[in-house]
Amino acid sequence: MKQVFKRPESMTAKPFHFCPGCHHGIVHRLVAEALDHFSLREKTIGVASVGCSVFLYDYFAVDVIESPHGRAAAVAAGTKRVLNDRIVFTYQGDGDLAAIGTAEVIHAANRGDNITIIFVNNSIYGMTGGQMAPTTLLGQRSTTSPYGRDCNRDGYPIKMAEMLAALEGPSLVSRVAVNTPGNVKKARKVIRQAFQMQVEGKGFSFVEVLSTCPTNWGMTPQAANDRIAEEMIPYFPLGTLKQKDVVDVL
Amino acid sequence: MSSPKKVFIKGNEAIAMAAINAGCHYYFGYPITPQNEIPEYMAKHLPATGGEFLQAESEIASINMLIGAAATGVRVMTSSSGPGISLMQEGFSYFAGNELPAVVVNISRQGPGLGGINATQGDYFQSVKGGGHGDYKLIVLAPHTGQELYDLTIKAFELAEKYRILTLILGDAILGQIKEPIVPWIPEKTAGDPDRDWLITGAKGREPRLIKSLFLADGEMEKHCWHLQEKYELIERDDVMLEEVDTDDADLIVVAFGSVARIVKSAISQVRKAGMKVGLVRPITLFPFPRKRLQEIGGRTKRFLVAEMNTGQMVEDVQLNLPGDCEVEFYGRPGGSVPTPEDLFEIISATYEKL
Ligand SMILES: Cc1ncc(C[n+]2csc(CCOP(=O)(O)OP(=O)(O)O)c2C)c(N)n1
Ligand code: SF4
Ligand SMILES: [Mg+2]
Repeated sequence: MKQVFKRPESMTAKPFHFCPGCHHGIVHRLVAEALDHFSLREKTIGVASVGCSVFLYDYFAVDVIESPHGRAAAVAAGTKRVLNDRIVFTYQGDGDLAAIGTAEVIHAANRGDNITIIFVNNSIYGMTGGQMAPTTLLGQRSTTSPYGRDCNRDGYPIKMAEMLAALEGPSLVSRVAVNTPGNVKKARKVIRQAFQMQVEGKGFSFVEVLSTCPTNWGMTPQAANDRIAEEMIPYFPLGTLKQKDVVDVL
Repeated sequence: MSSPKKVFIKGNEAIAMAAINAGCHYYFGYPITPQNEIPEYMAKHLPATGGEFLQAESEIASINMLIGAAATGVRVMTSSSGPGISLMQEGFSYFAGNELPAVVVNISRQGPGLGGINATQGDYFQSVKGGGHGDYKLIVLAPHTGQELYDLTIKAFELAEKYRILTLILGDAILGQIKEPIVPWIPEKTAGDPDRDWLITGAKGREPRLIKSLFLADGEMEKHCWHLQEKYELIERDDVMLEEVDTDDADLIVVAFGSVARIVKSAISQVRKAGMKVGLVRPITLFPFPRKRLQEIGGRTKRFLVAEMNTGQMVEDVQLNLPGDCEVEFYGRPGGSVPTPEDLFEIISATYEKL
């Protein structure tokens, strides 16, 4: 019998701890598939951030360094400077990357560090119990914006991909979603492309993935999934914002 | 044999030269006075080693780049001064939890706040009592001459590797800026063992590895803390360093570290000439603090004077570790004022006369 579906080699057999309907699991799988595709498992180093994805090391069969909250891009930069023939990626939430870790990601991007960043934007702080994130949409209720995010007090949801795409340094900046089979396919392609660029030494690749948090959105998995198309994508449009195929020299 | 060649360089340059000669080929840092000669030297000389110098966007980034590099097992260093070292405290705590080796240099400056750039010893507490969150220690080395800056930098890498710990070199503007003749040397071992079973290198032909400090399972974190504590006790057993001058017959002993100890040395040679039996204890490791030796010395000598360039920090450790019948006095100059040998001659003589 022909096998048509199996667990990627870059994943362990450990069942995910994620809540039902959470997209973190899908994103994990897409990353593992990309590593498998280029046979990178044995030369990859993952940098885990602090958030619901902190247990990266339980699910990926690769070497992992756990980073302090927000600092994953700097940790990855340090690792990659030493092991420049290895593949180094970070996996960070929106609180981690777009609030406390803004400086680290901007400068890694601006230096064009040859690393890959998977940025999971679920418009909320998942792990700490649903507080407002910099990506929380206007009017969205969270435990620390109980009356809804107010642009006058809290500012506007931050568009990381657009910000990073404005820099000269990055080679690939893209935003994807995994709310429909079609979008999963596109996300798979872009994540694969991000790792391919690193393999080819083309520099900094950044993939923002719009993601659900049914638990802290107070929604069923189905409703949370629907919210991606109805509310998230209109504000955070999908697509590749920047792609550089030639490496700059001096 | 030709005599070893001397070079005439600043203390900061001695640190940088020693680091490279010890095999440290990666440096991440952010500019701050009075330690800029260290990154500048590294920027100039590291490319030739095949390693890399990278100017980080902040000290927060530097210390985290250090985490990423240290996890691969290479020798790696950063340096800074007060405000930058404060920003690194989160990273220090992660270094402790992760059990990673690295060397950090603090050419300290006055504080609190932006303070000033003169020599001071106000960072003693921050260095030896934590600074970051959680139950942890760093090894803290306190050199007092240019040559010692060189020698202890090499030692710092060895200790960091031996114990998988962050080793901090605590200096100040006097030590960093003064030019002195130094005899450079190259240690036998300039890299850690590539077979260490925790190095993060990519899981080629082996089980994946993990560097982490998160322990959530029942009792796991307590176990980890006790494991760290055992390590700290081992360091205290095997790697305490101190210098003693004329302590055998002393009726008064001055305790001082770093650059102030050097000024105390000049003052002591003068008071000795004046017939006063005064000695010096100079802790070289501030952690582990030489408390056993102090207890022994306190069995014989009963009067102590602690001199520091702060309002009184190490004096607490001296008081804590001497027998109860010893008397401890304190002389402090905070905020970047450096005592002269004459100042110290006077204060030592006055303390001696009260005997
Ligand atoms: C310095 C520091 N501040 C705060 C925290 C607490 N904390 C842990 S996870 C987290 C937010 C995680 O949110 P996000 O990055 O969006 O990840 P998610 O859980 O949503 O995937 C915070 C604030 C911490 N661990 N360290
Ligand atoms: S809290 Fe939210 S982000 Fe975290 S696992 Fe649950 S659904 Fe996913
Ligand atoms: Mg989030």
